[in-house]
Amino acid sequence: MEVVNRLNWVTGGPQGSGVDTAANVFAKACALGGLYLFGKREYHSNIKGEHSYFSIHVSDKPVRAHVDPIDMLVVFDLETLFRHALHVVKDGIIVYDSSIEGSIDDVPTLEKRRRDELRSVLARHSLEGTAEGMLKLVEMNGVRLYSIPCHDLLHDIASKRNDPSLSKMVRLINMMMVSASLALLEYDQQLLVDAIRYIFRARKSIADLNVDAALYTYNYTKARYANTDKEDGIGYRLIAREFRDDMLLIQGNQAVALGKIVGGCRFQTYYPITPASDESEFLEANELLDGKGSVVVVQTEDEIAAVAMAIGAGLAGARSSTSTSGPGFSLMVEALGWAGINEVPVVITLYQRAGPSTGLPTRHEQGDLLFAIHAGHGEFPRIVIASGDVEEAFYDAIRAFNYAERYQMPVIHMVDKAIANCVTVCNEFNPALVRIDRGLLLDSVTNATTSTTAEAVVVDGRYSRFRFTGDGISPRIRLGTVGAVFWNTGDEHDELGHITEDPDLRIRMMDKRMGKLDLILKELSYEEQAMVYGYKSDATVISWGSTKGAILDAIDMLKARDGIDMNFVQLRLLHPFPTSRIASLLEETRLLIDVEMNYSAQLAKLLRANLQRDADYHVVKYNGRPMSSSEVYEALKGIVRGSVRSKRVVLRHGV
Amino acid sequence: MASRQFKLSDYKTDVHNDWCPGCGDFAILNAIQMALADMQIERHRAVVFSGIGCSGKTPHYINVYGIHTLHGRVLPFAIGAKLANPSLEVIAVGGDGDGYGIGAGHFVNAGRRNVDLTYIVFNNAVYGLTKGQASPTLKLGLKTKSLPKPNINQGINPVMIALAAGYTFIARAYAYDVKHLKDMIVRAVRHRGLALIDVLQPCPTYNDIYTKEWFSGLDRIDPVTGRAIPRVYKLEEQGYDPVVHNPDDEDELNAKMMQAIAKSKEWGDRIPVGIFYQNEHIPVYEERISSRIPDYLSNPPALQRIEDGNHNPYADIKRLLDEFRVGTR
Repeated sequence: MEVVNRLNWVTGGPQGSGVDTAANVFAKACALGGLYLFGKREYHSNIKGEHSYFSIHVSDKPVRAHVDPIDMLVVFDLETLFRHALHVVKDGIIVYDSSIEGSIDDVPTLEKRRRDELRSVLARHSLEGTAEGMLKLVEMNGVRLYSIPCHDLLHDIASKRNDPSLSKMVRLINMMMVSASLALLEYDQQLLVDAIRYIFRARKSIADLNVDAALYTYNYTKARYANTDKEDGIGYRLIAREFRDDMLLIQGNQAVALGKIVGGCRFQTYYPITPASDESEFLEANELLDGKGSVVVVQTEDEIAAVAMAIGAGLAGARSSTSTSGPGFSLMVEALGWAGINEVPVVITLYQRAGPSTGLPTRHEQGDLLFAIHAGHGEFPRIVIASGDVEEAFYDAIRAFNYAERYQMPVIHMVDKAIANCVTVCNEFNPALVRIDRGLLLDSVTNATTSTTAEAVVVDGRYSRFRFTGDGISPRIRLGTVGAVFWNTGDEHDELGHITEDPDLRIRMMDKRMGKLDLILKELSYEEQAMVYGYKSDATVISWGSTKGAILDAIDMLKARDGIDMNFVQLRLLHPFPTSRIASLLEETRLLIDVEMNYSAQLAKLLRANLQRDADYHVVKYNGRPMSSSEVYEALKGIVRGSVRSKRVVLRHGV
Repeated sequence: MASRQFKLSDYKTDVHNDWCPGCGDFAILNAIQMALADMQIERHRAVVFSGIGCSGKTPHYINVYGIHTLHGRVLPFAIGAKLANPSLEVIAVGGDGDGYGIGAGHFVNAGRRNVDLTYIVFNNAVYGLTKGQASPTLKLGLKTKSLPKPNINQGINPVMIALAAGYTFIARAYAYDVKHLKDMIVRAVRHRGLALIDVLQPCPTYNDIYTKEWFSGLDRIDPVTGRAIPRVYKLEEQGYDPVVHNPDDEDELNAKMMQAIAKSKEWGDRIPVGIFYQNEHIPVYEERISSRIPDYLSNPPALQRIEDGNHNPYADIKRLLDEFRVGTR
């Protein structure tokens, strides 16, 4: 049977060896051919040597998540073979550099537990714990093997180009193997060439060299395996289609950065941290905006300074933000309360990763939900929103600034490593769809005496930054505005912003600030609060954040394969909690399944607290790897079919 | 002489001041207000930022924009505002515990940037508002009256730290010489770059060692004149030249740094005040940004147009989107 345009392609290698570049070429080649894809990067907290890998789930229909079974594994190092080969499906493909040899013990970066496991699996089949043994085992499992003599080919290329030093350029091997895999898939050669030229667009001579090596390997592979392909009738083909030019091939961190540019963020601070720094670096690289304007990006001495500077810039009137991950956000908490009590608009983009402490610094988790909602001593208003995918991340980044200025409070925009580092084909971002709402920010002040008008900002010579108003929102001016001054303090304050410990004024100020949370729930559209997807059913999956893709893909799989209907409620506003919106969405729900990537099912706690409703099942995951649609599908099916005994299902997939 | 538009009283608020009677902070507050009046800085253009502690209340008593921030964080707040709108005249104030203790990381790193602002540290060697604990500048073995035991830590040398960190204007003043302090503030504000003024500020309530009387030398009367011999003396009266004149002369630079270090170590019988070091040849952070963003000063982050008047975004990302288009070759 031939599988056309549906493929889970994986490659891996030591960090720093060009795995990402190789995968990016593959992804770009697919995108140029009008194919959809979802690419996922996994890497260690390490600069060089540890194993990283890239999986690219390709389809001619939109794909929103990765899957576990591997259709095609591209191997140019021993560790990739040992780590991933057993996940290749029957009739799947392993294409490997024929020079790979050695034993399990030659891979010191493979955990001892994994090595023991592999040795015993191989021993059970009376096979050696070597590359050869592993290849034999997978062949017995029905995997098809294709070897490419990369070093010989490199030699040929070197002599063809009359440059003997090339024969040692092992970095080219990545590109050669990508090329071999595309040759086996009979994919359009020209798209491969175009993809290489795009990825190396800044370095033409390197692009030329890679194109030469890729084409030589492509032709070799085709010549050597074309006939065997037909005889075996093997299954995978990628066929280019007409592409839609309103689609982007983009990563989450880039989407957030673009959103910030459109949303008017003109001051961004950060302290280096995975996986948040990429966004700030993108902004800095593109600090000069087209037309007029710029984004000032400041790398600070720590995250405390990062958030404090962003707040200072917010006071001056800039739309400002900082981006960080859990450890950095922990440090920002005191200043968050200051922004809350002083009603300063500031946006914190929180790229979650697996905690606590340093945790799994390059791995996945949604473990900071309750922390983001509760971070800080005392009580103050904030908004917490979460994006479900790359496209949402763009629009939410803009929305965050609108909320911050409209409601004059800190906004925490939650994303995570899965969104930050995935690369996907999605709809083009459309700035024409968004509006900029600066709320009650005034460019200048109008004077009046008490008797004349309530609209005036400076009354009897005084501007009250925290004037009591009907809805709790006071007219705001920038530092430096002519004709007024104001004060801020982290102490409780009066309308002018001066310190007070007056008990009655304290109540009024608390009521003013906290009352804004009710206003938010009144004003935000239903779609901004929560979305509902899927099929009409009394079975509902509820979740938030980056699990969206895996859940949507899983729900579609349930429908297509098993005829099971299920719907999905995605919370986008996490705080203030959209209680009535969620209550109405869950009115018909009889089976409620909470899905989230943390240990304690944090969203379920919010449901219990706000709706007094328990989820019937919790599907959680906390091994540092994102949820795949395959495992979410299995879990949901098990629950519906009644084969799940416990209320709590722990997902464990991922390498 | 043209009449002055702003009077000293214009810079005062009617907020009740709750510092202890006799506190050195009053003198510093007066000196800041006098300096603002001296320079005729429009009220709306000045922003005084503060940290936490007695000194943290300073902005509430000054009738310009006043931002009372968090303990130790005054510099990053102030830098954020200044970089968002470099036309603001930013003065940061705070205590020695605030700046040299909890905020030490920011104190040092601010030197790397040389943002054009003035930082005034109210240095009284104790944590006043929490009732007299030892601060980072209290010297080893001293026991102020509220300490249960003598200080077990050494005191830091703010001048040397500032010098090592890259501050381009480093001065010390004495709170009760208000005129000199005012002059220092004016010089610091006019300095192009990051200016530190470490102000020796007697805390009448908790520091019974470094008192006004001690600084004035009331314990040592000149037998000839019958007058107290003050401990504080002015560097400028000694012909001390703190200014780095030739940026290309490494020897001059070294000499200016070495003399600042030597002077910063004087303490006890003779305590120098005045400018220890000044170097205006280091580009300020604003210039460094301008070299990358040419219209930064005329179109700074805080004042940029971000919507077209009809709530549509102003930024054009077409070129960037094109980079990411699936079909882009």
